[in-house]
Amino acid sequence: MSSIKLKTKQNLVGWTFVLPASLLICVFYFYPIGRAIYLSLQTGIGINMQFVGLMNYKRLFVDKLFKTSLTNVLTYLTFQVPLMLILALILAYILNDKNLKLRGFFRVALFLPCATSLVSYSLIFRSMFALDGFVNTVLIKLNLLNNPINWLGNPLTAKIVIVLALTWRWTGYNMIFYLAGLQNIDPSIFEAAVIDGANSITRFFKITLPMLKPIILLTAIISTNGTLQLFDETVNITSGGPANATVSISQYIYRLSFQYSPQFPYAAAMSVFVFLLVAVLALVQMRVGDQR
Amino acid sequence: MIRRRSLKFMKYLFLTVAALISVFPLYWMFVSATNTSMDVLGGKLLPGKNLITNFKMLSARANVAQAMWNSLRNSIVATVSSLIIGSIAGYGFEIYHDRGKDLLMSFLLLSMMIPFAAIMIPLFMMIGKLNLLNTTTAFVLPTLSTAFIIFLFRQSARFFQQEIIEAARIDGLSELGIFVRMYIPVMRSTYATAGIITFMAAWNNYLWPLIILQSPKSQTMPLVLSKLVAGYVTDYGLLMLAVSLSVLPIIVIFLILQKNFAEGVVASVK
Repeated sequence: MSSIKLKTKQNLVGWTFVLPASLLICVFYFYPIGRAIYLSLQTGIGINMQFVGLMNYKRLFVDKLFKTSLTNVLTYLTFQVPLMLILALILAYILNDKNLKLRGFFRVALFLPCATSLVSYSLIFRSMFALDGFVNTVLIKLNLLNNPINWLGNPLTAKIVIVLALTWRWTGYNMIFYLAGLQNIDPSIFEAAVIDGANSITRFFKITLPMLKPIILLTAIISTNGTLQLFDETVNITSGGPANATVSISQYIYRLSFQYSPQFPYAAAMSVFVFLLVAVLALVQMRVGDQR
Repeated sequence: MIRRRSLKFMKYLFLTVAALISVFPLYWMFVSATNTSMDVLGGKLLPGKNLITNFKMLSARANVAQAMWNSLRNSIVATVSSLIIGSIAGYGFEIYHDRGKDLLMSFLLLSMMIPFAAIMIPLFMMIGKLNLLNTTTAFVLPTLSTAFIIFLFRQSARFFQQEIIEAARIDGLSELGIFVRMYIPVMRSTYATAGIITFMAAWNNYLWPLIILQSPKSQTMPLVLSKLVAGYVTDYGLLMLAVSLSVLPIIVIFLILQKNFAEGVVASVK
């Protein structure tokens, strides 16, 4: 009897330990997303709100700037994420070799960009790629260019700079995931493969890649999620320009809510769209990952 | 044999180039902080003598000391409070786990799927209603409790032995006493890892403070940095000094606590 009482008491203690944190998550994550969905079905300002159904969502389809921002983000996603993940995989594969000299040094150097904040590194890239900036100066001094390239003033090169910047910041981050994954692979598998005469490239494709698949999937989901929410970089490297050629969805939502005359309901509809996009893409990636 | 040697050479070459590209922008930032804007634009790559002048000019343009203090205070409050709340919850979810709590945990993990952009408008409206604009409280609230930190502590509590708990109970220690006196000291490395993640996220946070910290006195480093390039002709020496100041604390923490740093990154894989 007393042991049952004790169990109940412990159970109660357990709930008091977990409840504060759980309630906070409900208040600051689940309630706001519910609120955003509710808001997205309305129109108006302040207390003058009207229920309008899916009107805000219909407006998304005819909004040119929304289309531009969506296309921009999907462009970054298509080019940047594979480039970065492949680079990270190769680096991790090379670094996993225990006989490699200066291994610790290389690991620290490659991971160092992760210590810089998003605003800070954005401003470094903005300065380096400015019209009169470091990159142009060096290219002209080396006689590779006659006239400076307006990197951030041209739609294509501005996008390239953003992709380069993102790759610089996040490759080491993903590499650490792969290194951790590689350490979990039993070395005897590699040894057996060496005895069977598999060279290092064959080993990479036949052993490393298949065994890292779950982690590659995870990093792909994290990166997709991050890219869809891109904000700090496009604001601080290009301010979304030239002529909105690099603007991201989060940046457009921010403008709609806090820079133009506030249109919370429409901005909320757009943010719910991002939420759905993140969820759907994560599901697709998990499905694709489960096959084979 | 020659092929193997050239493959080895290629490996080192690739690594060296990658490492150089990784480190160079940071080197450039620090060096540029000591040079005049003209020198920076001229491509100077060696330290100069303009550090003090840059510092004076920066102080005239922005209240950097205030911004550094705001960043530091906000980040410390965010880190300490979220470690307390998150660790006790993670411990509770593991040690007293039953069907109900397991289900609740899975539900909480769903919150990690919610993009910040999707909730920032309702959050902003809440903060406005509570009259908390421009406060540390507003800065801290949305990240006070995150599923990721709870998850991290739940995983580590898995390695906390049940025998220790039983022994402590027989010795008459209360349930909270067991958590404080037995669990916390053993889990120092988890606290370090979680602390680094939270501190960095808070120190670097941009979008949320951009919305809620509107008064100049309350602004944090990222906000001040971002403003330095707006409008005026950019002074690159001054700008890079400001960026260096904001990056330096994190790099120092990174170099000291490298192991926990990497652990923090991969914590979600295990």
